[in-house]
Amino acid sequence: MLKVENINVFYGNIHAVKDLSFEVSEGEIVSLIGANGAGKSTILKTVSGVLRSKTGSVSFLGQDISSLAPHLIVRRGLAHVPEGRRVFLQMSVQENLEMGSYTQKKSAVSAGLEDVYSRFPRLLERRKQIAGTLSGGEQQMLAMGRALMSRPKLMVLDEPSMGLAPLLVAQIFEIIKELNRAGTTILLVEQNAQMALSVAGRGYVLETGAIIKADAASDLLDDEAVKKAYLGG
Amino acid sequence: MQFLSQLINGLQLGSIYALVALGYSMVYGIIMLLNFAHGDIIMVGGYLAMLAIGAGVAPAFAVMISIFGCTILAVIIEKGAYKPLRSAPRLSLLITAIGVSLLLQNLALLIFSANAKPFPGTSILPSGSVSIGGLSIGTTAIITIVVSVVSMAALTLVVQKTKIGKAMRAVSEDTEAAQLMGIPVDLIISVTFAIGSALAGIGSILFCCRYPLLTPTMGSMLGLKAFIAAVLGGIGSIPGAVVGGFAIGLAEVFVNSVGLSTWTDAVVFGILIIVLLARPSGFFGRPMVEKV
Repeated sequence: MLKVENINVFYGNIHAVKDLSFEVSEGEIVSLIGANGAGKSTILKTVSGVLRSKTGSVSFLGQDISSLAPHLIVRRGLAHVPEGRRVFLQMSVQENLEMGSYTQKKSAVSAGLEDVYSRFPRLLERRKQIAGTLSGGEQQMLAMGRALMSRPKLMVLDEPSMGLAPLLVAQIFEIIKELNRAGTTILLVEQNAQMALSVAGRGYVLETGAIIKADAASDLLDDEAVKKAYLGG
Repeated sequence: MQFLSQLINGLQLGSIYALVALGYSMVYGIIMLLNFAHGDIIMVGGYLAMLAIGAGVAPAFAVMISIFGCTILAVIIEKGAYKPLRSAPRLSLLITAIGVSLLLQNLALLIFSANAKPFPGTSILPSGSVSIGGLSIGTTAIITIVVSVVSMAALTLVVQKTKIGKAMRAVSEDTEAAQLMGIPVDLIISVTFAIGSALAGIGSILFCCRYPLLTPTMGSMLGLKAFIAAVLGGIGSIPGAVVGGFAIGLAEVFVNSVGLSTWTDAVVFGILIIVLLARPSGFFGRPMVEKV
């Protein structure tokens, strides 16, 4: 479904992602794990078109999207939930969701809202509230709900657990599994490697912009080196 | 009675400032650019209306040509001069805006010469007056205030309720997140310039009807005052631009009416300094929060 081949991404002089390749097949949950600064967010931003790779290609559903503008990539069915949630803090919950459905026809918007509200009843309760007044967990739900409004085939999540209490983290990951069961392919980036690998089918371990290990998630969870570096022993 | 007629006078001037200030504020809100060419768009609007009426076009059409011309010109400037600098440092953008402003002024100088040209204001707005309870109000003032209020209400409606207006708010709050929602950011920026300049075009006609003399530099002082109004209200804020515009307009007229007309500009700039000392982000501005 998503195929990333030999991408090299730079921030000015900093070589953030080095000759990196990976792929995600339909129906999977794939996790990219790695420490802060390993290049995780950079990779996702390159996939969604916010950053450009100097080399190589990103293809989605068999078509090259490397030079496509971000808003056109969304139209093809790829939704990116950015790090730090980035909901529109001064807009209401419902307006945020409407922005998520920008690419959709008017008739699809109300169906989308219904779907998101049934998945996140909390958002329905607060739909008129300004997003800036929501708690961190609610904002994460809003960010995910907003991405769902574009009816994505592939959802790319950047650190969905960031800054959330453990109970909420478990809840968010439960939602991710549910979305996947309902047919959305998931690419997940996390510092919380334990959580990320426990929901994923496969995982990639990143270090300073390169993949150093790729395996089934369950094997990575048992891997001594991975345990030592990312799973706290 | 004297007070009331000065009040209406101030509201008339204030509503023009507010219309122009909206363009500054909207553009700043969306791409953080102080668009110094905005004032000169007003000058172009004035000359366009003059030329159209001189060519025998019906006044209503001349007004439309002028507003439409301002809109097109602003979109061309945005695409040609500002868009290529989208990822450049903000200072480059600011300097470019000043450059565009100088370019427009000097082109006008070349075409129309430095001599002031009379603006055929009376063929656009009738110069009569209405008398209400002994108070005589110029029709120009009434029409100016009504047209401005209707335009601002329409703008508020667009920004609050329509898909494109909501997208404008989204882009102005977080451009990258807006992109990830599938919002075509470049298009939304162009639309913002277009709307801001259409308002400036309306403001231009109303201003020229009040002060019917056209010069190539007429846009700079009006632009500067409107810019102050936008900063006073809190740049980036739409209600702020409106309140700031009326505040500056009223202040100017009242300073004039007590016989201190040579001090008008000093008072306007003084108000700006005092407000910014007390509230650096203006009346409605959001306090600056540095992201870490």
